[in-house]
Amino acid sequence: MAAGLVRREWSSVELTEAALKRIARLDRSLNCFITLDADKALADARRADQALAMDRATPLTGIPLAHKDIFCIEGWRTTCASRMLADFVAPYTATAVARLQEAGTVTLGKLNMDEFAMGSSTETSFFGHTANPWALDRTPGGSSGGSAACVAAGLTAAATGTDTGGSIRQPAAFCGVTGLKPTYGRVSRYGMIAFASSLDQAGVLAGSVEDAALVLACMAGLDPSDATSSEHRDPWLEAVPRAGVGTLADGPLTVGLAKEFFKAIVAGGERIDEVRRTLERLGFRCLDLSLPHIAAAMPAYYVIAGAEASTNLSRYDGVRFGHRCAAPQSLADLYERSRGEGFGAEVKRRILTGTYALSAGYFDAYYLRAQKIRRLIAQDFAEAFKQADLLLAPTAPGTAFRRGQLTDDPVAMYQQDACTIPVNLAGLPALSLPCGLADGLPVGAQLIANHFDEERLLKTGAALQQATDWHERRPNLGWAEAA
Amino acid sequence: MSGHPGWEAVIGLEIHVQLATRSKIFSAAANRFGEPPNTLACPVDLGLPGVLPVPNEAPVGMAVRFGLAIDAEIRPKSHFERKNYFYPDLPKGYQISQFERPVVGAGRLQVRLDDGEAIEVGIVRAHLEEDAGKSIHDAYEGATGIDLNRAGTPLLEVVTGPDMHTPEQASACFRQLHSLVRYLGICDGDLSQGSMRCDVNVSVRPAGQEKLGERAEVKNLNSFRFVEKAAHFEIDRQIDRLQRGLPVARETRLYDSVKDETRPMRGKEQSNDYRYFPDPDLPPLALGEAFIESVRSTMPELPWDRRRRFLEEYGLGGITVGSRVGLMDGASLVGKELGKADRTISIPGDDRIDKTIVEYDADRLTRDPDIAAYFEEVVDAVRRAKRAVEDGGDQDGREATARQAKLAANWILGELTRHLNQEGLDFAKCKLPAAALGALIVRIEDQTISGKTAKILFDALWEGAAVGADGRPAAGGLADALKLVDGMIEARGLRQLSDSGELKALVAEVVAAHPQQAEQFRAGRHKVLGFFVGQVMRASGGKANPQQMQALLRDALAQGETAA
Repeated sequence: MAAGLVRREWSSVELTEAALKRIARLDRSLNCFITLDADKALADARRADQALAMDRATPLTGIPLAHKDIFCIEGWRTTCASRMLADFVAPYTATAVARLQEAGTVTLGKLNMDEFAMGSSTETSFFGHTANPWALDRTPGGSSGGSAACVAAGLTAAATGTDTGGSIRQPAAFCGVTGLKPTYGRVSRYGMIAFASSLDQAGVLAGSVEDAALVLACMAGLDPSDATSSEHRDPWLEAVPRAGVGTLADGPLTVGLAKEFFKAIVAGGERIDEVRRTLERLGFRCLDLSLPHIAAAMPAYYVIAGAEASTNLSRYDGVRFGHRCAAPQSLADLYERSRGEGFGAEVKRRILTGTYALSAGYFDAYYLRAQKIRRLIAQDFAEAFKQADLLLAPTAPGTAFRRGQLTDDPVAMYQQDACTIPVNLAGLPALSLPCGLADGLPVGAQLIANHFDEERLLKTGAALQQATDWHERRPNLGWAEAA
Repeated sequence: MSGHPGWEAVIGLEIHVQLATRSKIFSAAANRFGEPPNTLACPVDLGLPGVLPVPNEAPVGMAVRFGLAIDAEIRPKSHFERKNYFYPDLPKGYQISQFERPVVGAGRLQVRLDDGEAIEVGIVRAHLEEDAGKSIHDAYEGATGIDLNRAGTPLLEVVTGPDMHTPEQASACFRQLHSLVRYLGICDGDLSQGSMRCDVNVSVRPAGQEKLGERAEVKNLNSFRFVEKAAHFEIDRQIDRLQRGLPVARETRLYDSVKDETRPMRGKEQSNDYRYFPDPDLPPLALGEAFIESVRSTMPELPWDRRRRFLEEYGLGGITVGSRVGLMDGASLVGKELGKADRTISIPGDDRIDKTIVEYDADRLTRDPDIAAYFEEVVDAVRRAKRAVEDGGDQDGREATARQAKLAANWILGELTRHLNQEGLDFAKCKLPAAALGALIVRIEDQTISGKTAKILFDALWEGAAVGADGRPAAGGLADALKLVDGMIEARGLRQLSDSGELKALVAEVVAAHPQQAEQFRAGRHKVLGFFVGQVMRASGGKANPQQMQALLRDALAQGETAA
């Protein structure tokens, strides 16, 4: 796409118009977009075409993108898929998006998600569910379900997402696209609406590892507006826009497979075995190992994420912005009704459990214990990376489930993230790669690397994608013609 | 304790110090008072979705500076935590504070009391936090306004040990901290604008009992006097309750300065569970040795060091009775309180009182860094003028310095303070250049003018003191100041009659005009000397040099004796 722009085979305005047309045709069925703004997008595209004409283009100049509606963009409605922020127009732009915009990308619109990124199916959105392009009655996963469906349906080449417990990787797996969750601190969280600050990480969903790497290279880097963004500099990543991901140079790598991850599998296990065989064929050494504490990851995650979310979401009180109840009778009434009406059930559930975990008398038993588990899990990974360079695991226990299938069973829903949560607790980078289909639905394989080792993570992912065509499978969009 | 024999009060303070940084603690918004509501609140201060706090270095450096001044442990690693509660002027629904690991650990503070005694007060901790906004309850009918300009203002919360036992000790401790933070340049100390707010924890117990009584906390006191009065009220109230067999409740109270009483605070603050936990947006605050050293190397002189230096350098501690002759002119002009104290200087052999007086001067001069600086400027001006004239420096060294310093102290703490108070100004806004007061003192010292006429001149200088466009005194070099003062002396004919010829003639005239009283003097009724002093002073229009005149009068009257 970018090469075509540079060669003037097409203009950014043409690309943007084509994307808008495709969205108009497909998105009534998919509901990827919460907000779409053709005028703003075309204005971006015209600016990009000028830059291209003056040879002031980056590899991303003129490429239409869409952003998860968790990123604030100045002048754009930013809802976090919540009634609470249904009318909130951000007065600033998230650093990650600002860097993409400065690189000349076109912003088409804002993508659907689970409310406040809390969910694994994009069913908790105030703006309705998003459908999986592979099968409209199935969920695209979540919380970045809008982003995953958008890329899978070819509406954009890439889309931003965020990952707190698997919210990039699990939907990427469900929709058959490449999903990258970078190392915690790699991408600024400024302007990204907080769910659980110590776990949230912005990343990207794309059609390939190469595309994902290009977007990451643009988004990443130290941001003085985020005290948790890392000073780590990565010459390899900085060179990606010029040189691409590149190939592994330092001999065959060792890939570890932790048996605990494979216990969770209910479908698609044979596809992960196929990935293992492919890696071995490519010269990788595969090794079975153990991460003994990850069984405790789920409860620890729900305590920590809930605790942080419960106070991150205190600012939505109906006083300064966001939903405010009609005719409050008192301060308590203002708080109770504004929050009662503004938040959906899943958000309330997490605020309540998080508040409970931080309360006097329970803090030690829940929050402190969860932090201990978190440290143990991080140590498990540290040990594993002494034996292996990368880890291979399933991304999700199974393939995309039917809409409504898990809505009444929050614990079963939480199980969706069993293989992804430990990675967030340890702050590691991970990649979900399409690895073929099971019963006609995509399966995702997860590669996990050590802190700031996106280089070997993405080079391995790129090597797999050169050796296979799994990532090129696209859903049959026959339903669009029927509609 | 006094007033309540058999009882002991225990008092501890929590003092919120607004740090005088340019920006807020976690955002780039300006930290200023008095701007239109909500004009100094950026998205971070407003707690908008997605914004993040980033700690600025300035407040951290100020906290370290404070910690070093009180000899406290500076934690190499401290944590910011969230204190969770809902209130409309708290934008995020939590306040970023420090709880388990504050940046400044235990230290200690020497507190000087008005009676000259000193006590040591333990500082338990000092931690950084952000201030909330302000709720304005009386501006709009049926609604509450919220001003978030103050939201995010850096605060240093200083917690003392329960080491005070009288209301006077409590207010002295607050005053000492007020003085300290102004010296350190970390707070403007403007109590009327809430730059320092003091919570007072009071409990009482029967004397000799070890267990502390239940305490009440009186919140948000913004003057030394209110701290003292609120503590007084609480001690009386609690003892009264216990004596009547009633319990003291652990509660938060407010002080009503109009009724001079404390009352339980309404609503809001029952027993809140603040759900403290480490703020995941902020990594631990790590302070390297290099940073701490860089702060240490820029520490200003501390109030107690300056006080000691004043006592030593200006000999305020070493004035002998014999050198007092020159002091009395100035002393007679100072405010009532100090004047009274100075008169006690003539009690012979009582070193304790002598010392107390000068320490009292040193206390008052050094309490406010602006006064201390002004004092040093005045003394410096006097010295430089003398050096220019005497060409070779102080002949009589320490004694002259002490004399000049004492004169300067008396004028500053007396007449100048009185004028400033009358106009409601503080020393930072003093429009009279130090050089002008220095020039005045030079002319008192060389006996060009008497103390009495100096006061007239001082008023004239004060009235005429030019203020530049920036509100500060118009540049006043010493030479200009001397020229100005000398010009005023000549123009108004205020030159003291020191010249013995003119004064001698005047004395002779007066003696000749009152032969009857002269006769009485010679007959041994030396009290009539006072009558002659008054007559000569009147005849000279107040310009006679009192010392010379007395000597001349004695001579003249004695001469008459011989003549008779």
